[in-house]
Order: sequence, then structure tokens, then C-alpha cells
Amino acid sequence: MNSIIENIPKLLKASILTIELTLISLIIGIFIGLFFAILRLSKHKLLFSISYYYSFVFRGTPLLVQIFIIYFGLAQLEFIRESFLWFFLKKPFACAILAFSLNTGAYTSEIFRSGFEKVDKSIIEAANALGIPNFWIFIKIKLPIAIKQSLPAYGNEMILMLKGTSLASTITLIDLTGAAKHIISTNFNPVEVFIFVGSIYLFFTFLIHNLIKFTEKKMRHN
Amino acid sequence: MELLSFGDSGWGDELLRATVVTIAVAVVALFIGFFFAAFIVTFKLSKNKILNFLGNAYTIIFRGVPELLIIYLLFFGGSGAVMYLAKIFGYNDYIEINAFLTGALSIGIISGAYSTEVLRGAIQSVKKSQFESAEALGLKKIVYFFKVIMPQVLRIALPNIGNVWQITLKDTSLISITGLVEIMRQSYMAAGFTRNPLFFYLFAGFLYLILTTFSMHIFNKLEKKYNFIQ
Repeated sequence: MNSIIENIPKLLKASILTIELTLISLIIGIFIGLFFAILRLSKHKLLFSISYYYSFVFRGTPLLVQIFIIYFGLAQLEFIRESFLWFFLKKPFACAILAFSLNTGAYTSEIFRSGFEKVDKSIIEAANALGIPNFWIFIKIKLPIAIKQSLPAYGNEMILMLKGTSLASTITLIDLTGAAKHIISTNFNPVEVFIFVGSIYLFFTFLIHNLIKFTEKKMRHN
Repeated sequence: MELLSFGDSGWGDELLRATVVTIAVAVVALFIGFFFAAFIVTFKLSKNKILNFLGNAYTIIFRGVPELLIIYLLFFGGSGAVMYLAKIFGYNDYIEINAFLTGALSIGIISGAYSTEVLRGAIQSVKKSQFESAEALGLKKIVYFFKVIMPQVLRIALPNIGNVWQITLKDTSLISITGLVEIMRQSYMAAGFTRNPLFFYLFAGFLYLILTTFSMHIFNKLEKKYNFIQ
């Protein structure tokens, strides 16, 4: 137990990194997901294929591969090292965010897509009949309904992303899992560390779970 | 392409072997998961409060805690436990436990948590009348379970079992940190040796993509085959 108490400051710092990684990736991921979900609904064949293959590739390969390609792989390309992108891509934090956002974006795009598909056609027809411009139909009618439909599945995706940030520890970042590994390998107390760090993750999961429940309730009242 | 040739000069045969290891770990893990799920689901559906609590704790913990953390627990904890036992018998050297078994077990326990939820959902969606009529017919419990309930449960669960398989297959990449030479570990070694990480990690991604696509195809076929009612 002493080894845990000694390491509390370290674990606190690591928790903050885990939260940062999760939130930033999720926020960027929402925009990526929305963008590709809209492409997916388009009747244009090329736009549809781009979105389809994006989600196919990122959902069909492990996150670990994606993060390694971005962190270890891209550094190999000279034109990347010479471009302004290198300023970001040489930092493991930026690479982690990029990999996580692209990954969660792919899953989110599928969630939004099925949300859009569930929007009742008669509502859209009614709106058309009223002469509401297409843009406003999308913003004021389609989008809110799709978001409402997507909430439960998106809650699961948030939890998966929280767990996914643990892979940041494979590219030198000290997030919660990275800190846990460090403490285990210096003190040889895997069970204690697992219980303590595992509880922190479960607490975050619990928060996400309740956040989604709360939002669902609120949207229902509106 | 030279990098992928077979024999001493390339990494083709190594990567092929690693792919087989990945498939083997994933299959073993899936079945370890089924084994766990079969027990835990009875806990979750039981009316006994303690069993219920244990069942819920299992699925909440192993679906809510990162896979890597669970692997660290079993990898470090497992060898620690074995060494502790060995010490009692007077053996003091370092013992390394089998990476394949620890890997398959850790991924299997995680996979089992997802399988439990799938199975629970499927069992609960079998109509109550099915249980009642089987009982009314006077079928023995074991007969009605295997002949009446199980086939329905499996049919309902099949698409979700496909999802669990995909998760399990992708999770095996994480056991590379324990040193088991599967796709990811082999690519890591090849990348280090040739200093060409981009190529080998892209190729690893390609291998996973083939595996996930191919298995999705198989599950779709099975679904079509068994989805004749409804």
C-alpha cells in the first residue's frame, strides 16, 4: 500500500493525461465522425467510397497498429520531417491524439450514420412541404434527431476511447496505464496497482455512463 | 517486396508464422471467453444476490478497465504467483511463464466479459413461452436446455459473437508487449532490424485487415445460413 501512497502525485498527473487524451480525441473524433457520416449519406460514389473505406480500415485494424504507423512510421518519411507537420508529429502526445481521433472518428461515423438512417422520412417530407430550406432541415431537424438516436451507442464509444488511451503508454507517454506499469515494475505489486488504477478507470467509466444517461433524459424533455 | 521474401533475407516466413500465432491466440482466447461466459451468465441470471454481484463485477471490471492493464496484471502477477509457489518448494530462480498461455488467458478473460453480455441478451430474448412449453412437455431439463433453448440462443447471439471475435482478434495485438511473437511483435522486430517501421507496420495493418475481413465474411455466411426463421 505504501508504494501506492508514495506514487499518488504521479498517478494524479497520469490521470490528468488520460483525461486530456480522452477528451481531446473524442471532441476531434465527433467532427471527423460527423463529416464522414455526411459523406457516407451522399449519393456521390467517390465521396461514399472515401467514407466507407476510411471506416473499414480504421475499424478493421487494431489501434496499436494505427498508433505505431503514425508514431514510428511517419517519422521515416523525409518530406514529413521537413514539413511543418514535423513540429507536431515528433511529439508522442500529438501522435497519440491523431491516432485516437482518427480511430474514434471511424467508429463515430458509423454511429452517426445509423442515427441519420433512423430519422423518419415523413418528418423530412413534412419539412420539405413547409418550404424549409434544406440547410435548416439538416441543422434543426435531422441532426438533433440523429444525435438523440446515437447517444447510447456513443456512450459505449466514449468508454472504448477511454480504455484505448491506455495505448499511449506504448509510445513513451505516462498516462494512467503507463504509470501503473512503471509502479509495478519497480515495486512488483501488480495486484495492488491493478485494484487502485483499475478503480480510477471504473470511476471514469461511471462518470461517462451517467453523463450519457443525464443527456438522454434532458433531450427527452425537450 | 524483398523485405517480404521467404528465407533468410526476408521476413515473409516469419510474418506468416506470426499470423498463424495471432489466429491461434485469438481462437483459444475466444473459447476461453466462451467457457467463462457460460459460467458467469448463470451467475448474472441467478436470483442469488451474491452470485449476481459476482457476475456483474466480472463484466463491469473486464469491460471497463483497459486491456493493457489486465495484461500487465496477469503477466507480472502470474509469474509472481508461480515464483511465490516455487519458493515454498525451495526454487529461487526467475521463472517465466508461457507467453502464449498468459496472453490467451488475459484476452480470453476480456473476451469472456463481452461474450457474457451477448449470451445474457440472447437468453433473455428467448420467449418465456418456449421455456414453459418445454417444461409442460415434460422434457428433462438437460434435453430442453440443449435441444430447445440453446439452438435459439446461439442463432440470436451469432451476429454479436461475430463482433466479439473481431474485438478479440484485434486485442491480441496487445499481447505483443509480453514478448509473444505474433503479428505485432514480429513487425516490431522486423521494423527495428531493417529500420523500416513504416513498411512493416503498414503491412501488419494489412494482415489484420485481411483477417478481420475474411472472418466477417464467414460470420455473414453463417448468419445467412442459420437465420431461416423470423
